[in-house]
Amino acid sequence: MSDIIKKATRESYGEALKELAEQYQNLVVLDADLAAATKTGIFKKAYPERFFDCGIAEANMMGVAAGLATVGKIPFASTFAMFAAGRAFEIVRNSIGYPHLNVKIGATHAGISVGEDGATHQCNEDIALMRTIPGMTVIVPCDDVETKVAVRAAVEFDGPVYMRFGRLAAPIINDKDNYKFEIGKGIVLKDGSDVTIVACGLMTAQALDAAKALEADGISARVVNIHTIKPLDKELICKCAKETGVIVTVEEHSIIGGLGSAVCDCVTECCPVPVVKIGVNDEFGCSGPALDLLKKFGLSSENIIAKAKEAVKLK
Amino acid sequence: MDATIKRNLEKIACKVRMGIIEGTYNAKSGHPGGSLSIADLLTYLYFAKLNVNPKSPDMPDRDRFVLSKGHTAPALYAVLAERGFFSKEELKSLRHIGAMLQGHPCINTPGIDMSSGSLGQGISAACGMALAGKMDCKDYKVYTVLGDGEIEEGQVWEAAMFAAHYGLDNLTAIVDNNGLQIDGPISEVCSPEPITDKFAAFGWHVITMDAHDFDDIERAFDEAEKISGKPVVIVQKSIKGKGVSYMENQVSWHGTAPNKEQYDIAMAELNAQLMELEG
Repeated sequence: MSDIIKKATRESYGEALKELAEQYQNLVVLDADLAAATKTGIFKKAYPERFFDCGIAEANMMGVAAGLATVGKIPFASTFAMFAAGRAFEIVRNSIGYPHLNVKIGATHAGISVGEDGATHQCNEDIALMRTIPGMTVIVPCDDVETKVAVRAAVEFDGPVYMRFGRLAAPIINDKDNYKFEIGKGIVLKDGSDVTIVACGLMTAQALDAAKALEADGISARVVNIHTIKPLDKELICKCAKETGVIVTVEEHSIIGGLGSAVCDCVTECCPVPVVKIGVNDEFGCSGPALDLLKKFGLSSENIIAKAKEAVKLK
Repeated sequence: MDATIKRNLEKIACKVRMGIIEGTYNAKSGHPGGSLSIADLLTYLYFAKLNVNPKSPDMPDRDRFVLSKGHTAPALYAVLAERGFFSKEELKSLRHIGAMLQGHPCINTPGIDMSSGSLGQGISAACGMALAGKMDCKDYKVYTVLGDGEIEEGQVWEAAMFAAHYGLDNLTAIVDNNGLQIDGPISEVCSPEPITDKFAAFGWHVITMDAHDFDDIERAFDEAEKISGKPVVIVQKSIKGKGVSYMENQVSWHGTAPNKEQYDIAMAELNAQLMELEG
């Protein structure tokens, strides 16, 4: 494992903004006093005239982004997920979602892997909140390669997009030269016939590790990367439900309202099969080193293996 | 202001008030009080100030207008109809299922630059429009109207800080200071006073004006035009329900629609005012 290159998706996000700036002159970036942490500072350094710090005022930042979009700018508004989706929810809903404006929200420090800052800053609810807004696209990239192309896709897409990035360095699992990204299209990372493990974000690499280990135990696990929670790739989810008969979802998010819930919404309509959800249970996080927290809250390949074994018995 | 121009604006404002009554009566709901208090202001903006074109509502370099106090949409709809953005017949279907005119402004309506209505949000969008204008070296101006109750929202002050910090002198906010909000007088509910001092402290150029005197309205906007380097706020002293005798200064007319009898009285009063203006 030591030779695997890791990089935080927030870092990839900041780099992507800078890389896209020349081609997209209308791209502007807003932040709320967290540019060093969200990595929009990378853009700021290169294009200071197109970067606007809004101060610690996320509600206004989202509204300013909306106003910029009405005049043809492509604003990326960044802060921690807790404040982007949480504090500013109603502004995102009413000033961005309702008028369906071309605003991109780059939310970093999502999930439990925020680490030591603890529960106040560990947003496990943002996917749930954002996917309830009509017309909102919700993307959760899993690594550097996926983040770079996802940010580009978001720029090229006309409409509001919520993008979720992490603080912790994530293993790079995709091959840059062969990787293809399409909004709303899931990716089968590994085939399998006994169970499908559906993952997003940081948990995608863990799911792959788990699937490999399960193979040794005689369980053939398919791994699907659902980078776009909304619109969900229903066709692929239904296909997996039919072909493997049981699904395990895994996300660094509450088990209420996130990827797992989206998958359940889908399979109950098209092909009801058991779905075992792995995520943060109905509880708040706490302080601690990110990797320890992930283990504590069951967001580990070991737990995926255990849950997958239980899931197979439900068939 | 030239007397003929003034008389003409007063006539239009009277028709806008009729449109407000027409809309809220047919909707059987809505907010006539705060709509009537901004009728003169919106008449001035749409007939004497804004660079807009009803035949080309999306004209790129047009002036922008955001009704941050979006619940007073009946006033905006009435003035847009009067200006020719859409038919006055639309006012009769305000708030009806399938109607173009929603309870609060929607960006899909011709002449509406931003959806609004959740209080405190319009001014932020107006800041974004003004910022884009600055970035692109455009000459367009951005105007936004807030309620005096609305400025109790914290987001308004986030936006106030932002506009001053970025020197958005192409932005003019108008606070409709009619002194009343749903639960009562603003001084009793949770006072936002002193309004002028607050904006001045946030780095804005502050102007006060009489909301129902076109000479004074013109004076205020002429002064606003001359300010550079900072955003301008015009605090307009207004009468909630202005123009309909039984609605004036009555908090109960914040969010109540007139019934048939009240509609007839209001229309008769406004018709009489119009007849007098037409002399």
